[in-house]
Amino acid sequence: MSDLNKVMIEKYRTSFLREVEANVEEGEWVKMCMQCGVCAGSCPLGKHWDHPPQEIFMMIRAGKRDEVLTSDSMWMCTSCYNCIARCPRGLPITHIMHGLAVYSKRLGLAPQKQPTAEFSQIFWDNLMKKGRVNELKLGLSLYFKDGFGQGVKNAMANQKLGQNMMKAKRMNPMEFFGGHGVKDTSGLQKMIKKAQEIEDAKVQGKG
Amino acid sequence: MADEKKFAGYICTGCGIGDRLDASQLEMIATREGKMQSCKQHEMLCSAEGVQMIRDDIADVGATHIMIAACSRRAKVEAFNFTDVAMSRANLREGVIWVRPDAPEHQETTQEMADDYIRMACAEVKYMTKPSGSSEQQLNRNILVVGGGITGMTAAIEAATAGYPVHLVEKTGALGGHAANYYKSIPTRSPYADPQDTGVEKMIADIEANDLITVYLNSSITKTDGAPGRFSVDLATESGSTTNLSIGAIIQATGFNLYDPSNLSQFNYANSADIITNEEMEKLAKEANGGPIKRPSDGKPVTAVAFVQNVGQNSKADGQLPYHNGIGDLIAIKQALYLKELNGDDCDTTIFFDNLRTPGAAGEDFYRSGQQKMVTFTKGNVGEVVPGSTLEVKFKDLILNEDTSMQADLVVLDVGMVPNTGPDPYAQLAYEETEDEVEKAKLKAELDVAPPSILNLDYRQGTDLPHLRYGFTDSHFICFPYETRRTGIYAAGPQRRPMDMRQAADDAAGAAMKAIQAAENAGQGRAAHPRVGDLSYPSFRKEGCTQCKRCTVECPFGAINEDEQKYPQFNEARCRRCGTCMGACPVRVISFENYSIDTVGQQLKNVDMPEEFDEKPRILVLACENDAYPALDQASMNGTEINPWARIIPVRCLGSVSLSWITDALNSGYDGIVLMGCQKGDDYQCHFVRGSAIAHERMSKVGDTLQSLNLEPERVEVYEVAITDVTRAPKLINDMAETVERIGLSPFKF
Amino acid sequence: MGIQLNEIPDWNCCGASIGYGGGGELPRLALSARNIALSEEHNPGQQIVATCAACWLATREAKERLHDDQQMFKDANAALAEAGLMYKGQAEVRHMVEVLVDDIGFDALKAKVKKPLEGLKIAGYVGCQTNRPFGIAGESFENPMYLDNIVESVGAESIRTYEKKVQCCGGALAFSEPEKSQEMIHGIIEAAYDNGADLITTPCPLCQANVEIYQDQINEKFGTKFNMPVVYYSQLLDVAFGRSAADAALNGQIIKAKKLEDIANK
Repeated sequence: MSDLNKVMIEKYRTSFLREVEANVEEGEWVKMCMQCGVCAGSCPLGKHWDHPPQEIFMMIRAGKRDEVLTSDSMWMCTSCYNCIARCPRGLPITHIMHGLAVYSKRLGLAPQKQPTAEFSQIFWDNLMKKGRVNELKLGLSLYFKDGFGQGVKNAMANQKLGQNMMKAKRMNPMEFFGGHGVKDTSGLQKMIKKAQEIEDAKVQGKG
Repeated sequence: MADEKKFAGYICTGCGIGDRLDASQLEMIATREGKMQSCKQHEMLCSAEGVQMIRDDIADVGATHIMIAACSRRAKVEAFNFTDVAMSRANLREGVIWVRPDAPEHQETTQEMADDYIRMACAEVKYMTKPSGSSEQQLNRNILVVGGGITGMTAAIEAATAGYPVHLVEKTGALGGHAANYYKSIPTRSPYADPQDTGVEKMIADIEANDLITVYLNSSITKTDGAPGRFSVDLATESGSTTNLSIGAIIQATGFNLYDPSNLSQFNYANSADIITNEEMEKLAKEANGGPIKRPSDGKPVTAVAFVQNVGQNSKADGQLPYHNGIGDLIAIKQALYLKELNGDDCDTTIFFDNLRTPGAAGEDFYRSGQQKMVTFTKGNVGEVVPGSTLEVKFKDLILNEDTSMQADLVVLDVGMVPNTGPDPYAQLAYEETEDEVEKAKLKAELDVAPPSILNLDYRQGTDLPHLRYGFTDSHFICFPYETRRTGIYAAGPQRRPMDMRQAADDAAGAAMKAIQAAENAGQGRAAHPRVGDLSYPSFRKEGCTQCKRCTVECPFGAINEDEQKYPQFNEARCRRCGTCMGACPVRVISFENYSIDTVGQQLKNVDMPEEFDEKPRILVLACENDAYPALDQASMNGTEINPWARIIPVRCLGSVSLSWITDALNSGYDGIVLMGCQKGDDYQCHFVRGSAIAHERMSKVGDTLQSLNLEPERVEVYEVAITDVTRAPKLINDMAETVERIGLSPFKF
Repeated sequence: MGIQLNEIPDWNCCGASIGYGGGGELPRLALSARNIALSEEHNPGQQIVATCAACWLATREAKERLHDDQQMFKDANAALAEAGLMYKGQAEVRHMVEVLVDDIGFDALKAKVKKPLEGLKIAGYVGCQTNRPFGIAGESFENPMYLDNIVESVGAESIRTYEKKVQCCGGALAFSEPEKSQEMIHGIIEAAYDNGADLITTPCPLCQANVEIYQDQINEKFGTKFNMPVVYYSQLLDVAFGRSAADAALNGQIIKAKKLEDIANK
């Protein structure tokens, strides 16, 4: 169990809802859910969620901390915003799901090898290097995320796709050596470092 | 001179009537066949000039009976408002030219329709008398309010504010009703976020300070008789003293009793002082006097409360309420919020609901406010509350689909409202009238547990206001919510349907206005809803009456009593002028000055009946003036075609239709008859409550008549038609035309 | 069109719709705040126009969040100060479609058409992020019409009731959860075929890619023979306004938009 997780369990022993309100992006909206289920019916990946959004909100209110934070349901979100558009109560459900996903990851509770969790980290790391995303490296690191052997297999499966993309001049193999990026990389990286510090302090109650 | 009748006809040629129809032929029919002593045409009869022409004839020539051939009787009522004469209207616009195609091949049948409507209107007015009103009673401005709760107090204040003396009768020793024990009420003002003061104390003080309001505490009504404008009400106090009041109109606001949850064993209401009803919660909060709310069992401040919603409501189980309160969830939110206020934010409040009902924008805002302030809403079914020093609430979580439980130190049961009304008057009548011993015993058993009478009406049809369902007072839900089936007696508040204080106050204000209107109308001999202002009233030819009692039994409003010799006593001010008595009378002795067996019967007889070889059928349509006739007017405005064989006569209510009209019509050669009344049954739309239902019953026997005449049963059809049936109503007529085409003409053409 | 577009100097990626998983809230918002701050500094008084749905959404969302939450505004500026920048939040953030629809208008688009795309039946696939949560003013979330109107403005036939018009294509999950995403893409293409479409057009670059490039894999999985061209909506405008197939980047199609090329080559 991560130290932060222990701290949080201690701090919010009586109310997981209050923990979510304090630490999760847009978490203060959770209590406003009226359990109509429109979100569940509107989600394009609805059938893949173990617990659809309104159920997650109910679980938060019922104090089911472990079940929520170890769930991979939140990672099913494609950011299509259909739930937000339709929620009669105006809950920013997409953001709450993102927030819960990030919070569970921060506490070390997110499910291992969750592909979207891994991809989002790869994407972010790629972005952090140069301030712009390098599609070729992004693709390759995704294919090789589970080790070299699996990576070759993944890459072979998508070989035709890659060739198509390059043939259509939509992916440049030269990007592998360098690639595009912002000029002020160090400013950008310092900015993000600072933002991360502020956010860390908030979550740990030091902010 | 005063008794001399002078008939004048007027034909409007505006709105295309003159272009489509031969007006001089119409004029000729009005004078030669319709026996109008004069008949004038005008190119726009409803114009100031046209109206003046008629007024001049009334004033100068002394016209007493006028026939206006123009648009529907529902149009231009302000212009054609001649209260000093008898008047009929021939519907040439909506009834003829707008429902027939403008083409040469249709010209003949269209003109024939118009000719007939002229004949009919002339015949009708010939048998009418200008209604003069009854002098049955004087104006009596006293309003009696029965019940001193929120509803009754509001009604009293509203009526007194309008300047009417109020007599307020309350059976207990204090005003305020249930609400007197409430700590707070559901918010009635924006932003609908927090519970608010009930305002009961101020209302009581206002009433005590109001010179127009006389309060009778510890009092009940021992007898009510008379009619609007002349009610005589006997009051008795607990101590035995009696008072007689002379009253113009009555408002019954006797509210509700709380459902007793003792017999729902799973909630253990009887086995723990900490398991309480929603009203007991109010008392507890009031007793806390601004401090933390304490547990009844040990006096410790409450820290966790479970609200169990929908207890014994919306249930088909025996001994439970088949309906839902509608406001219990708002009450729970209110109580949860004041618990947070009085016992601190840490006081856990959980509301267990299945279907949360927080109606309206205000309810939704209040619900949000509860969520905002961390009231927990759990969709779950509570199976059991286990008593103990800490209560265990066992429930099935319906979202997470699991059986689980929570600990609470107070459990509040959301129990429903049971209407506090008198006994169903018709149960007593049914008991008296039935001859079947088994049925009689069953009715007796029901009567034995019936509540005591509240109004003690000395009416032919029983002691109290008729019920709709579950003991709630019957009132015309969709059109006239305060109108009961006893004219001049208005029902308001939770005796009508479950409602909260704000709704009850709105209801009371409405009922107060209606009561004032009823008293004023009675003073002028005018009818109440829906024929507001009608001065006619039923009378009967005593020498023809067989004392059969059909009229006294069938009157939907219990208006007709019986005298010592069992003749009907009409009580004009109690009458709504529907004519159901007239339709009921087998010997045709009941009539109104402006509506009678003859005013309709002569219309249908004066239609020109073509010979059989003309192959022009005739279809008689008797359409209720409240729904079916307006629907047909609307259809006409939409340009819907109606078959040219139809002749439509509006009737006050299908209940007023006499079987003699049907027999006469069949005998004089009509090929089909279509009767259109309003929806009947529990969710009736009939403006006279029972009229349509009674007519349907009567017409079910018309088959015998048809059989005796050797006619096909499908020649007479009875329909329920709503005002919105704009497409269906004309279709029903056109369908009958097809039926006649299929089965052939009536053999009764002479 | 009379509109000058200036690149925001040294812009960075907004984090797209998947950046949240690595960056959380403030770092993610800081990325967009940096772009806005750069624009406010170097292109003062100018509107920010995004051509990509996710860029637009992220930038606009950041602006709203920093406006509504004063603490977040301060925190973002504390981070930006590290890069010597200041966020004011004054620049208006718009999508290119808004410029075309609201500022220029369908009639003006129509007036510019030199080669009407006659005989083409086009499924306007709006997708998610151009449509939700902000959307184009006056359009419904469930059945927006602007893309159909654009299609009709350039002389093609639109499918106004295209039932997958606002269905999600999987977005970034096309990379991480290909099985789930390709099932949705399958539906989007199938509905276009069912409606007799010659091609699909979309205002979202990721939608364009997702719906076009996986058709081989989808065919393999579902036993279909999809070969449905998917073009970015600006490519339609290019061709209709008389530009060449190359200018319209039609040679960048993995599935060639043959009929559109024919019109361009006329």
